[in-house]
Amino acid sequence: MSAGPRRLAMGGRIDRDRPLRFTLDGRSMLGFAGDTLASALLANGATLVGRSFKYHRPRGLLAAGVEEPNGLVTLGSGGRTTPNVVATVAELYEGMTARRQNGWPSVGFDLLAINSCFAPMLSAGFYYKTFMGPRRGSWMFYEPMIRRAAGLGQAVHERDPDRYETRHEFTDVLVVGAGPAGLCAALGAGLAGATVLLVEQDSLAGGRLLSASPTGETAQWRTQILASLAQLANVKILCRTTAIGLYDGNTVALVERCAQGQPDPLRGEARECVITVRAKAIVFASGAIERPLVFSDNDRPGVMLAGAAQTYLHRFAVAMGGHAVFATNNDWAWRAALELSGAGTTVTILDQRAELDPALTAAARAAGVAVEAGALLTRALGGRRTEGVEFRSAGSARERSIACDVVCVSAGWSPAVHLTSHTGIKPVYRDDIDAFVPGGFAAGHFGAGAVTGRFALEEAARGGHDAGIGAARHAGYAATSPSIAIPATANAGYAIEPARTPVRGGRGKAFVDFQNDVTTQDLAISHQEGYVSVEHLKRYTTLGMGTDQGKTSNVNAIRLMAAERGLDVASAGTTTFRPPYTPVSLGALAGRNVGHHFRPIRRSPLHEWHIANGAAMIEAGPWLRAWYYRWAGDSAERAYVVEMRNVRSSVGVSDVSSLGKIDVQGPDAAEFLNRLYVNGFAKLPVGKARYGVMLNDDATVLDDGTCARFSETRYFMTTTTAQAGEVMSHLEFLLQTAWTELDVQVASLTDEWCGMSIAGPKSRQALQLAFADCDLTDAALPHMGCRELELAGVSARLLRLSFSGELAFELYVPADYGISVWEHILTRAAPLGIRAYGLEALASLRIEKGHVAGLELDHRTTLDDLGLGKMAADKPFVGRALRERPDLRAGGRWSLVGLECLEPSARLRGGAILFAGSDPIAGHGRGYITSVTWSITLDKFIALGLYQGGLQHINEEIICAYPLKGEQVRARIVSPVFVDPHGERLRV
Amino acid sequence: MLRIPCPNCGVRDATEFRYAGDASKRRPALGLSSLDDWHDHVFLFDNPKGAHREYWQHVLGCRQWLVLERDTATNAVGRAVLARDRVRE
Amino acid sequence: MIIGGGGHGLATAYYLAARHGIRNVAVVERAYIGSGNVGRNTTLVRSNYLMDGNTQFFEYSLRLWEGLSHELNFNVMLSQRGQIVLAHGPSQLDVLARKGNIMRLNGIDAELLDRGDVMRLLPYLDFSSEARFPIYGGLLQRRAGTVRHDAVAWGYARAADALGVDIIENCEVKGFLRENDRIVGVATSRGAIRAARTAISVAGHTSHLAAMAGLRLPVESHLLQACVTEPIKPFVDHVISFGAELFYISQSDKGGLVFGGHIDGYNSYTQRGQFAKIQSVAECAVALIPSVSRLRLLRHWGGIQDMTPDGSPFISRTPIAGLYLNGGWCYQGFKATPAAGACFAHTIANDDEHPLVRHLGLDRFRRGNGHDEYGLGLWTYKQ
Repeated sequence: MSAGPRRLAMGGRIDRDRPLRFTLDGRSMLGFAGDTLASALLANGATLVGRSFKYHRPRGLLAAGVEEPNGLVTLGSGGRTTPNVVATVAELYEGMTARRQNGWPSVGFDLLAINSCFAPMLSAGFYYKTFMGPRRGSWMFYEPMIRRAAGLGQAVHERDPDRYETRHEFTDVLVVGAGPAGLCAALGAGLAGATVLLVEQDSLAGGRLLSASPTGETAQWRTQILASLAQLANVKILCRTTAIGLYDGNTVALVERCAQGQPDPLRGEARECVITVRAKAIVFASGAIERPLVFSDNDRPGVMLAGAAQTYLHRFAVAMGGHAVFATNNDWAWRAALELSGAGTTVTILDQRAELDPALTAAARAAGVAVEAGALLTRALGGRRTEGVEFRSAGSARERSIACDVVCVSAGWSPAVHLTSHTGIKPVYRDDIDAFVPGGFAAGHFGAGAVTGRFALEEAARGGHDAGIGAARHAGYAATSPSIAIPATANAGYAIEPARTPVRGGRGKAFVDFQNDVTTQDLAISHQEGYVSVEHLKRYTTLGMGTDQGKTSNVNAIRLMAAERGLDVASAGTTTFRPPYTPVSLGALAGRNVGHHFRPIRRSPLHEWHIANGAAMIEAGPWLRAWYYRWAGDSAERAYVVEMRNVRSSVGVSDVSSLGKIDVQGPDAAEFLNRLYVNGFAKLPVGKARYGVMLNDDATVLDDGTCARFSETRYFMTTTTAQAGEVMSHLEFLLQTAWTELDVQVASLTDEWCGMSIAGPKSRQALQLAFADCDLTDAALPHMGCRELELAGVSARLLRLSFSGELAFELYVPADYGISVWEHILTRAAPLGIRAYGLEALASLRIEKGHVAGLELDHRTTLDDLGLGKMAADKPFVGRALRERPDLRAGGRWSLVGLECLEPSARLRGGAILFAGSDPIAGHGRGYITSVTWSITLDKFIALGLYQGGLQHINEEIICAYPLKGEQVRARIVSPVFVDPHGERLRV
Repeated sequence: MLRIPCPNCGVRDATEFRYAGDASKRRPALGLSSLDDWHDHVFLFDNPKGAHREYWQHVLGCRQWLVLERDTATNAVGRAVLARDRVRE
Repeated sequence: MIIGGGGHGLATAYYLAARHGIRNVAVVERAYIGSGNVGRNTTLVRSNYLMDGNTQFFEYSLRLWEGLSHELNFNVMLSQRGQIVLAHGPSQLDVLARKGNIMRLNGIDAELLDRGDVMRLLPYLDFSSEARFPIYGGLLQRRAGTVRHDAVAWGYARAADALGVDIIENCEVKGFLRENDRIVGVATSRGAIRAARTAISVAGHTSHLAAMAGLRLPVESHLLQACVTEPIKPFVDHVISFGAELFYISQSDKGGLVFGGHIDGYNSYTQRGQFAKIQSVAECAVALIPSVSRLRLLRHWGGIQDMTPDGSPFISRTPIAGLYLNGGWCYQGFKATPAAGACFAHTIANDDEHPLVRHLGLDRFRRGNGHDEYGLGLWTYKQ
């Protein structure tokens, strides 16, 4: 296979000893290591890279870098399918498969090009004015077609097999961009002793030095600077790393493309890495992006940026064509023209300026380059490739034409100000360069080189060095400024005149934004219809909203829009730039937090035991808890019945480790708790525990739990699983901000202690069998009593309290001993039939006892709503004042009731809406069901719910409506304490 | 990244902290204040566009509540002091 | 006089003219119309609310959306493609069921889905054993969907303009004009404008303006970020709300996936947020639809969102004669645009709250009648 018809035999920074095979739409081609997909395609003479979004016009490559708007391809297959890959950035690798996008049936033969015929109707904002149809909802008819026409690439619904990493970096100085300015900045800061991180989005450092001959003087200078930097251990250079956003706190987000080819995730290779850098000082050396001229059919394949042509020549050894026309308004483009001429291309320069630099015209003459002064390019000719151009000379209305196969355009260079404006400093216009520069730099931020409008190599290098010194000083280093050597190459000046756009009326379309097919006509329409501000213009026409984010179109658009409004560019304003600078894959942003690692998992100390013993686990917030055990049944509905029967008739043990546990200590602990809970805690005796409810300031219930007093100054508080973190912060907030006079310390013990509930009529016997030397009689440990003790040599805390309504104990042991104590109890008490029971059984038990839990504590219910109003003691407590608000005290609030199902063949459901027997079944009803279970004790469905007027309606028959399943079930309002209402079972 | 200068732990990312709003409001005295005092304290906000003194708790660090000065219009971060140490007028 | 040229302000002006015959209306906007939250949101519309008051209001809004393109003669591109809210456990599904039952009892479409139903409808979600929060079921509202947000501001503006409303851009309100105890107009950067009735309808700067009138409100300004990916061919045909965290995603007609999550969580007027939140939201996207991993984020932006302690707004008169307030919209503002405009117009025209918004008064926290739709607790930064 040949190297390609346009590949030069020598030169470039490609490695001709490493050929790489790739395909485009199945056609096999050859490139070399160091190529991008774009350069390899151009070398092979492939000029058609895609079809434009709206009009499906044939498109070629405009640029050589991230600003490329047309060359978007799909790479890979299966789970690695990646649409909208920018060919000018994609590094070529062996076996790369690329497909062009947006053509049907193919890009080469695209039937959708017929859209061009409808162009007048498809102008800006067309969809706002049509597709409404005669009837409402007509948009739904047109929408699928519009949607299919939109978008460029096609994604696939397959899992991404690649891995992505996340990292954090801390540095004294961050330098963004390794062009001449950035390299000098890194050197200056590095020599001053600062730690420097230099990041460069390209695969090689050098910036536009890479667009010059690899054997020339500037290339040698580049090599020397890189060698100097390599000697500094405090300087790190990351290539293939794009700074995508500047954030508060001097934080910059970077995306590193880790793999040149295909990474192997099985060997731990990541595809991309997102790095969050915190820097003391930042040097912005992000360079500039060339902008094209706007003229009719300026989107023909073969029309490209002058700088890109130069890059393809010197970096990739690709000759763009036999005859090139350079059209420009500035001196800089002449250098590119002369270099292409030197490489053998016939070159004609059309410069819109009437007065030209004599040195440049002399050089052109000497090189045999034809020049037309005062010449305005009006049209590119050709279809799938450029065949020539038309232009007009000053003072003549006559259009002349020149045959050529490539048109190199340059309307000037636009500093890449994006990153510098992310935190709100708007760019400002400078008419000497006809472009925008950063509006200013915050303390600790420095700019250098082309991004600040200093395009000449010498000023970029010196400015970079000064910025590096400044950054190092800001970071606290005493820095001096030794001189640096800069090549004496004569720099092309940058005299420039604002680009002129040929007056509309010419045939063909003049494109401003290539990717979104936005033309000068669209801008005019937008203006006519009143969308005059830059933001309106952008949204209405969709200019700048493609994947290239308007890098080659923004400045031209502002100029054209300002002209429409009769304003100068400076007054017209600019759009806001938002991160990311270039698009970044969502997988990279997600990093390793994917699949099971999406969010942390909290496991009980008994987790391994549950898994080993057939537990089905369920998420409870971040926790995994044992839902039911398969020894009891193969589903939650079946298993819990068996587990529960065992508890109510014998004894069961359940893992309650996820409950919050808080140590409260200090001379003022009693007073603290007394202020916190609605009920009294000041006089809780040592050795006793008490159920407590605490409110938020607004009187909604924050949490319920128990608090046990182990000594005069030591308490052990438990909270619900869900609210543990909230309660902990609440206690700390009160102690540290409001009640600083109280001498109290609190500490979280949730992860320190394993908690288990041993419940059932035989629970005391079970514990006695397990711990023979402990006195667990009713006298030694009465109901609601608590003790610290040693069990089998392990420190433990034992509370006698019950959530299930049976005689029960809560045992806490240090987490590391959890499994051994648990197994010890199960083994010793086995003769009693002790088995583990899970969350489903726990829930059913507590519903039978009418205990409120998470579903009732919904941040809206008050103490009275939950039937706990009598707990409120006559003393100050958090939430007391706002509890008196009128609507919270009003009669008729929805409050806690129990419900019994009256229809044996039906069931009650959580989320059913409650109506009085005589109500029409519509509207919002009088309440709803919060928790449901099939009661093994009553042999029917029971529920807890909230009902208007609550237990005032006891014994009334109501309707539970569930229209989602077409059900209406009769139920009776009863006390929520279904089992053992007088608590006799607790007091044995 | 919003970076908060915790007096105990140094400058840390805001993701280690929990926010609790305006710290310049004086909490009414428990048991001695009216319903209206409590309503105004809990439900009404100055919500300034500019200098703001606010509560952050270093939940993933020292667990201390801080009062941080921050400009809500620019996100410029000033000093942080431990809530228990701040001087009350 | 309406302060604020966003979706709500422009809609209010339109309805004042169109329904109440009041055409001597001026809308003053600090920047250019639609530059605030109406242009920054994730474009979702729905009427799946369970609280009495909310259910009716948002359904009214959806019905107005359904006729809006024709009423304004401007295609707002209402796409009623359906919204699915996911549940990841039986209890969570019960909470959704409560909402769905309320909707059906109020004549609003809702369907309960089990895991199999969700799998058939949205096969590309993560149903593998890798999922951290397995999908258990969901609630579907078929009439919910998306609207082209820019079209809303422009559509209402053009229609209001055609009816004689004056829309004044680049005009910042600096203070209120008072006579006795009445507000009689505003002082602006371009001069004073007298008005019989003055209405505040600015998202994000509600407190700022209210303070000029001496009012403190139950509002804090918070930052909400949103993201869009590069445009791709149709990939996601519904609006999907995650159940494990606050996260919502849909695909615009231009092809980008639009998604967002919770507020950053601290008072802010900067309209830009932290990178960690973008990472967190991307994690949700990949957790929900693993195949989005290779799609690229194109842009993320932020808006200033009024947050209230209960997540519900205010549309009411104020304690000051001549001054009316529409604000505190939290996450609900965009979908409420037509109804908020219509009800606010009614409130201003009649000097009396529209029946559908009587529950949204400024005094509801004093009375103890917070309207906490999602049960998140009465804190602005938790809603």
